[in-house]
Amino acid sequence: MDTAYFLQQLINGVTLGSVYGLIAIGYTMVYGIIGMINFAHGDIFMVGAFIALISFILFALTSIALPIVLLLTLLIAMVFTACYGWTVEKLAYKPLRKSFRLAPLISALGMSIVLQNYVQAAQGARIKTLQPVIQGGFTFMEDTGFTVSLSYLQIFIILVTIVLMAVFTLLITKTALGRAQRACEQDRTMTALMGINVDRTISITFIIGSSLASVAGMMFVMYYGVIDFYIGFLAGIKAFTAAVLGGIGSIPGAMLGGLLIGLIEVFWSGYISIEYKDIAAFTVLVVVLIFYPTGFLGKPDIEKV
Amino acid sequence: MLLISKVETFYGNIQALRGVDVKVNSGEIVTLIGSNGAGKSTLLMTISGVNKASTGEILFDDQHIENLPPHEIVNLGISQVPEGRRIFSRLSVEDNLRLGASAYDKGKNFDTDVKDVYDLFPVLKDRLNQRGGTLSGGEQQMLAIGRAMMARPKMLLLDEPSLGIAPKLVNQIFIAIKNINKQKKVTIFLVEQNAKKALELADRGYVLVNGNVTLEGTGQDLLKNKDIQAAYLEGGGKK
Repeated sequence: MDTAYFLQQLINGVTLGSVYGLIAIGYTMVYGIIGMINFAHGDIFMVGAFIALISFILFALTSIALPIVLLLTLLIAMVFTACYGWTVEKLAYKPLRKSFRLAPLISALGMSIVLQNYVQAAQGARIKTLQPVIQGGFTFMEDTGFTVSLSYLQIFIILVTIVLMAVFTLLITKTALGRAQRACEQDRTMTALMGINVDRTISITFIIGSSLASVAGMMFVMYYGVIDFYIGFLAGIKAFTAAVLGGIGSIPGAMLGGLLIGLIEVFWSGYISIEYKDIAAFTVLVVVLIFYPTGFLGKPDIEKV
Repeated sequence: MLLISKVETFYGNIQALRGVDVKVNSGEIVTLIGSNGAGKSTLLMTISGVNKASTGEILFDDQHIENLPPHEIVNLGISQVPEGRRIFSRLSVEDNLRLGASAYDKGKNFDTDVKDVYDLFPVLKDRLNQRGGTLSGGEQQMLAIGRAMMARPKMLLLDEPSLGIAPKLVNQIFIAIKNINKQKKVTIFLVEQNAKKALELADRGYVLVNGNVTLEGTGQDLLKNKDIQAAYLEGGGKK
């Protein structure tokens, strides 16, 4: 039973870690490119969850086949949430780009409150529920006394995350856009002197980050079936923790950090105490930062000669 | 080709350029010499659109560029090799060169253009997969010039290409600059503290002091000028 129980926690942890990892990429990319923590990113994830929920409810009225509904919802959530992310950047951060460092940070906290209140006003403060969209799954190790279950939904979440991260890694490492982003991370003035439109590169970064967060939002609403306007806060803080744990600015770090935070949270709940699961993730962060101040995969900030 | 008139540029309240007039004709090598803090780099950054001129005009091929953003100016054909080289140290040499090619045709001619860069600086070919930051100072300068050339510029702005580089490599770089001008027909605007070398290479030169152009003339005339010899060649300048 011990092995079975462990295996179950592992499956749950990887699923949750996928969601955190997708959000964490948005934090880490924006930090990499403009050196700012986008505190509104968690709320962009929440907006993504709401858009996915609305899309599912509307599709439920039709008789479109499930795989197509999933695909369409994914696209709708990504496109609409990207619009929100793009707008937030244009309204709240771009005008402050030449201001002092703290200004966009304060502006981000403001946008976080704006988004929460906007969704609260538009959708109501009560929790919203979604009937399970994907049901069923595999069960195994029944004879040990503890049945391990791997649901189709969990497989779906993990697979979509792997595919998106692979596509996204290719984008960053192999394309001209990714090259421009990596150049912006190092020296924005010099990137502009290469003939690259830096403002547009930053906008695209926000669009990519927001659309990945919307996928996480869609997974969240499908997995838990319950959302409200406030879910962005805790999920955002945890994904931010994941980004710091992996090494902020590092994209593989964000993926690793997300996975670790997911696993820590689930294992802590499963073996120690479910009440203190939120504290567990943050405690681990503190301990790790004492020994690895730049996170696991972060680069120390060496000045170039 | 490039006409700068009455340009003033400020950093906050500090005035770095006080009404600068400079003209660069097509095909020329023009140099701008001056001591530290005279405003040389500021002028190049103002031409490139990184710093905005508060008054004055900058015309490139009869087109006003003083209000254009930097990336549009590069796309018109002015590339800059800035002071301190500013290569992307965490990216590979190849990525640096590909970034340089972004301006021209979105890098579709990368494979042919990069051969021209190898002709200028053969060493870069062997370093293609290395990180930019692992190159020596001289090699980084070559990469910075090669990167700027990937944009197929009509005009190249060079800011102190000899700074902090071994003398042997300085010669190599100055020869490359001459080749770029003569063979590739790229107009050169060269900012240097190494006044002797710069004036020997240049068709014409300007002297910048405290944000003002105080002297101009052909390279040879300026080399013979008593004031310049005293200020930049014998006393203050590097020989």
